[in-house]
Amino acid sequence: MAKSKHNTEDYLQMYRQMVRIRTFEDNANQLYLSAKMPGLTHMYSGEEAVAVGICEALEITDKITSTHRGHGHCVAKGAEFKEMFCELLGKEEGYCRGKGGSMHIADQSNGNLGANAIVGGSMGIATGSAFTSKMLGTGDVTVCFFGDGATAQGLWYEVMNMAALWNLPVIYACENNGYSEYTKTEEIAAGSITARAEAFGIEAHQVDGQDVLAVNELTQKLVARARKGEGPFFMELMTYRYHGHHVGDINREYYRSKDEEKDWKDNRDPIIRFRGWMVEQGIATEEEIEAMNAEIKADAKAAVEYALEAKYPDVSEVDMHVYVGVEHALA
Amino acid sequence: MRQITLSQAVNEALAEEMRRDETVFIIGEDVAEAGTPFKVLAGLVEEFGTSRVVDTPIAEPGFMGIAVGAAMTGTRPVVDLMFGDFIYLIMDQLCNQAAKTHYMSGGKLKVPLVLRTNLGATRRSAAQHSQSLHALVAHIPGLKVAMPSSAYEAKGLMKTAIRDDNPVVIFEDKLMYNDKAPVPEEEYLIPFGEANIKREGTDITLIGTSSMVQVCEKAAEILAGEGISAEVIDPRTIVPLDEATLLKSARKTSRVIVVDEGHQSYGVTGEIASRINEKAFYHLDAPVLRMGAMDVPVPFSPALEDITVPTPEGVAENARRLMSGEMIHAA
Repeated sequence: MAKSKHNTEDYLQMYRQMVRIRTFEDNANQLYLSAKMPGLTHMYSGEEAVAVGICEALEITDKITSTHRGHGHCVAKGAEFKEMFCELLGKEEGYCRGKGGSMHIADQSNGNLGANAIVGGSMGIATGSAFTSKMLGTGDVTVCFFGDGATAQGLWYEVMNMAALWNLPVIYACENNGYSEYTKTEEIAAGSITARAEAFGIEAHQVDGQDVLAVNELTQKLVARARKGEGPFFMELMTYRYHGHHVGDINREYYRSKDEEKDWKDNRDPIIRFRGWMVEQGIATEEEIEAMNAEIKADAKAAVEYALEAKYPDVSEVDMHVYVGVEHALA
Repeated sequence: MRQITLSQAVNEALAEEMRRDETVFIIGEDVAEAGTPFKVLAGLVEEFGTSRVVDTPIAEPGFMGIAVGAAMTGTRPVVDLMFGDFIYLIMDQLCNQAAKTHYMSGGKLKVPLVLRTNLGATRRSAAQHSQSLHALVAHIPGLKVAMPSSAYEAKGLMKTAIRDDNPVVIFEDKLMYNDKAPVPEEEYLIPFGEANIKREGTDITLIGTSSMVQVCEKAAEILAGEGISAEVIDPRTIVPLDEATLLKSARKTSRVIVVDEGHQSYGVTGEIASRINEKAFYHLDAPVLRMGAMDVPVPFSPALEDITVPTPEGVAENARRLMSGEMIHAA
């Protein structure tokens, strides 16, 4: 694990948040498999150290934009299980009153400007959020999460160019999980990914995305510099998604071997690695960690049960929130 | 009352709103020192500086995306899209992001931005700089669409658009930038969704948008000489649409022609005609007629281009035929 300058509570918080994401996803997957969830969803499991390492380096007022694989970012930026499961199930008490669902979950109260179902679709939004920060002098930093697949979208090159020209406080965080949907990334990406950012004069880093401390340490440095006007920055986080592209992508050996998946899960799991390190360093005992895990599991179970019983929005909501200031757009 | 050009009216509206609200800024290609190719923004950069009159690279999706993110986080961007034809380039940012953010977030996020662009053929600019594409965006719930028909409307609608908390697209007719109209010195706003009865009449209603209002007024003048009394109505915004005023006039005159410079098929003329048919059918003495631009790409040759758009003579001719009870099909 990387060196670090944290106190015990910081480590416990990082561990807790990673386990919360994994637990959330295990439950979401189960809801899908048991046909209790409408639609489908994209699991973040395996990539927890990325979202947590980054978001633990941010203030609540800092902003993030997220992706279709966005539950991890949402949890890491401070969201609650109850409102998240309600959203996934299309219930009134969801973060978006059930109107967004898994692929559009947003939590403005914690600075999450929303997941986006267009691959790369939030790159402009993140850069614009950084533009606001600079224009109004708020000091906020924005992190733009996206996957390796999104590096093929032209929008990224346009906004990186402007972010670099204008020194915007934005950090482009590319979660390279090796697969662009059902295709190996090496088949869709020519050259190096960091070189894409470097071409615009943007300082680029590659980091082990399975090492939460390494991710956090790098992010802290970049966030501090971005706040001082030294942005933008780029991070390529080498990581892995345990599930398929989405929950229904079960038979996937045609593009990814079971051996490869097993190797990442057994040898590079971010939670197992960090847990081992915490015990070794005397930060927490096995018993304390097990107690934490059990508590998170119970929280998730209670939130799922709550969400399953929660109310759907009234049908009269269908034409609400189309326009600000118009209660019912079709009235 | 003083007379100013449409271009000056837009410039004044922007300057007044930028003085009133420091979160308003302009972003687009060649908006600063160049003041756009049409010189509409001339002088604004001198007063407000390059931090609020922001020149961008030629990257429409990029700066549109940045504007969306900026609007979501506390500013009020006015995006300058040099030609309406470039709207195809920004469709994802406009229609998937800006239009849907408020709804998808269950009302938590809003996107108060204005997209300024233009429409209008007969400038000899050929098929990629002459289109009138307002129907494309009017089709998307979440967007408002304003179509000023003179300098007076251009100023009042722009000020309202900037203060609106929703994404608003304003289409200015690029052939009208130098047209003068009476514009008060004192401040005024024109509310959205309020049609303007430009000329009262009793025999037939001519509904025109943007520069087609002048076409309808000229047609009404021709018809007046023949003893036909035409009412001319300018909806001013097509989203929201002041249906009540249009229906009231249709019920009164019993004959309607809708004139708009977008392509006739699947367009604004069809939408308005359909609403009148649905809600005023038993008051009508003739089918509601659509007159849009010919369903061909805009040709370069003046000999061809001029016959693709509605003219006063064409509107008057169709009005005569409707008055005589002839069954006709426009275009």
